[in-house]
Amino acid sequence: MRGIAKRFPGVIALDDVSLDVGKGEVVALCGENGAGKSTLMKILGGVYQPDGGEILVDGQPVKINNVTDAMKLGIAFIHQELNVLDNLDVAANVFLGREPLLGPFKLINSKKIHADTEPYLKRLGLNISSRTRLDKLSLAQQQMVEIAKALSLNARIIIMDEPTSSLTLTETERLLELVRELSESGVTVIYISHRLGEIEHCADRVVVLRDGKNAGQLNHDEIAHDRIVSLMVGREIKSFYVESNAAQTPGYLQVRNARSNRYPEKMVSFDAARGEILGFAGLVGAGRSEIAKAVVGLDARGGGEVSLGGQKLAINSARDAIAQGIYLVPEDRRGEGLVTGMTVRENVTLPSLARFTSLFMIRRDRERTTADEQIKSLNIKTPGCETAVVNLSGGNQQKVVLGKWLSMSPKVMILDEPTRGIDVGAKAEIYRIMRALAENGAVILMISSDMEEVLHVSDRVAVMHEGQITGVLDRADCTEENIMQLAVGKKIASAKPAFAN
Amino acid sequence: MKKELGIFTLLLVLCGVTAVMNPRFLSVTNLTNMANIIGLYGVFSLGLGMVIITGGIDLSVGSMFALAGVLLSMALTEWHWPWPLAAAFVIAIPMLLGWAHGSLVTRMKIQPFIVTLCGLLLYRGLARYIAGDGTKGLGNAEGFETFASLAKGKFFGLPAPFVILIVLSVIMWFVLHRSVYGRYLLAVGRNEDAARFSGINTRFVIGTSYVLMGLLTGVAGILFAFYTNSISPSNHGNFFELYGIAAAVLGGCSLRGGEGSVIGILIGTALLQVLQNLVNLLGIPSSLNFAVMGAVVLFGVLADQFFQNRAAKKLVRH
Repeated sequence: MRGIAKRFPGVIALDDVSLDVGKGEVVALCGENGAGKSTLMKILGGVYQPDGGEILVDGQPVKINNVTDAMKLGIAFIHQELNVLDNLDVAANVFLGREPLLGPFKLINSKKIHADTEPYLKRLGLNISSRTRLDKLSLAQQQMVEIAKALSLNARIIIMDEPTSSLTLTETERLLELVRELSESGVTVIYISHRLGEIEHCADRVVVLRDGKNAGQLNHDEIAHDRIVSLMVGREIKSFYVESNAAQTPGYLQVRNARSNRYPEKMVSFDAARGEILGFAGLVGAGRSEIAKAVVGLDARGGGEVSLGGQKLAINSARDAIAQGIYLVPEDRRGEGLVTGMTVRENVTLPSLARFTSLFMIRRDRERTTADEQIKSLNIKTPGCETAVVNLSGGNQQKVVLGKWLSMSPKVMILDEPTRGIDVGAKAEIYRIMRALAENGAVILMISSDMEEVLHVSDRVAVMHEGQITGVLDRADCTEENIMQLAVGKKIASAKPAFAN
Repeated sequence: MKKELGIFTLLLVLCGVTAVMNPRFLSVTNLTNMANIIGLYGVFSLGLGMVIITGGIDLSVGSMFALAGVLLSMALTEWHWPWPLAAAFVIAIPMLLGWAHGSLVTRMKIQPFIVTLCGLLLYRGLARYIAGDGTKGLGNAEGFETFASLAKGKFFGLPAPFVILIVLSVIMWFVLHRSVYGRYLLAVGRNEDAARFSGINTRFVIGTSYVLMGLLTGVAGILFAFYTNSISPSNHGNFFELYGIAAAVLGGCSLRGGEGSVIGILIGTALLQVLQNLVNLLGIPSSLNFAVMGAVVLFGVLADQFFQNRAAKKLVRH
């Protein structure tokens, strides 16, 4: 791949990126969230079309217009979220869309499809029948089935996007072994991963991307944890952080032993001060959103103990959390934050409707007053409070979500990726709103995968790695390098514990 | 509001056409009859509408009618209960069943279609068994004349079921369009997750919509039992759930949930009954009855889709 460029509305995802892989080579692709790894691989896999640059296979320039083209060239993409049909058996998945047919009615040749599947399973050392339904298999086995499918397509290049993120330790070892075996038999593997330990273990070469550009590469004998991290970060981030002069009450919010259903065996405890913005950094999938949901009672089993101002709270549902002034602005704005078919007014008042009633009837005039207040103070651009939220831009939709909680004087506000997909102007406004809230005495927890955002906005940063907080950085220690070290699970000296007993 | 306007126009056009082609349409007898029937069908269609707004469905209405009818007849004519007790009993049973439906849907996460399909079979069978598979009747209402006159008499010259429908509609209008509960129904139907994230007890909201449905089914069941006066448990109320669903959908309820209005459901109910009447009055073979109804519902939904798509395109252009 030479000089690949890809633009999305508002961002340049890839800018003049090149990647060479040899036959039978195992190449690890590393970078921070949003560095462009997945985009680059989606271009190779035919999911996206590049805006510039060329792709050569065996020295010949090729055009990959869709996934089928990629398959024909022997390029297979195994996504992080597996694309299997778990209601069908192994053979049906392996030969989906290419079923061997039989007879005048073109029925599926069931004998042949199973006979053809077996050798691939054997080659992968997979001890299951081709007649097993996929939902009877573990995630690791389902992944193997995807690899079998890739092999059955005569794949020469297999791309794996974070293949080990949901595997157990032994499953991971088996997968890495398999990667080595594949490479010995001449198949090239491109491997996207955040787990530097695995990369040290199995990659022939590491290619690092940063902000959509090539940041450098390391050959086999140069691969080391620290060198990868320093290539991943290495950029200058000008911090717009403004010292907050809000009076802080440390330990105002205490969370003990919260669990996420993603990492049920790991506990998370932390303290946050009144008046501060505590950033939650980490790589995608570290379990940050799950913890947030657990704290606001949306995951009944995982909430742990939450206390506010020294008082223990009983939180068993979102209602309980809301009654205590603990609100969540979820990551999925349209799916979880808003009822998009309803109007701005109806969305703003939804969690506190009882306030607007007299004699059991909702007083729309009072609703309108409140909605109009929020529209004005948050500068929401909408024709009026009776406009359906679905017609607003992303930034304004997010302000509506903020508005519904701000109208209820939050004590703790958890914002999950508050500015994802929002333009620069609206971002700055949202940061301003968050800061004003903190200065008014609220606790702000901000989950963000955007390194700049974390560095600009947070007073302190808690970093999570695979379901646990690896450390909390004070403002003075908040550097990209430190955050990345903690995010990949390494302990560093300047990190503080997340809570005091 | 626009949605209701479209179907209201259709209703007026059909009324106009029928009136022109057969002036008997406007006779007092015919209009009274129709008002009576609209009253009967409207009451349970309102309930079905609420369930549909939450994204659910209830297929067991017709069988509940059979069960309610049989129990009503037996309570009044065989066990000789005082009529207020019998009425309360016959309304309480469908409410209880509705509660069970709601619990199965919200707690056990079984699809409403399945839950109420089982109900459809179960209650029909129970009704037939309890009645010994024989026809039950209310006779000349000896001993419960007041009750009978409440259910099939006249108020202000209007048939009782129609008046009851008007009263219930006004109440339901306030519930759906002005109360917190109604707002929650619409919110839960549109986006259950967002509603839950906003602290709404979505299980309670969905569950109670089935109880409400049961209440209205009970009331309609009594009215209908008095209307037919004899209850043959094997076919009493057959297909009624489908009339209710058709009325709600014609009236602008979306089977995906989150949409619908009391006015729309009323107009939908009226439209279906005017259609039946039209088939009779215009000399169309009554065997075509269902076919006409099916065609009109399809046409109504298609037209609605057409206008929605056009509105969406307009929005994009702006």
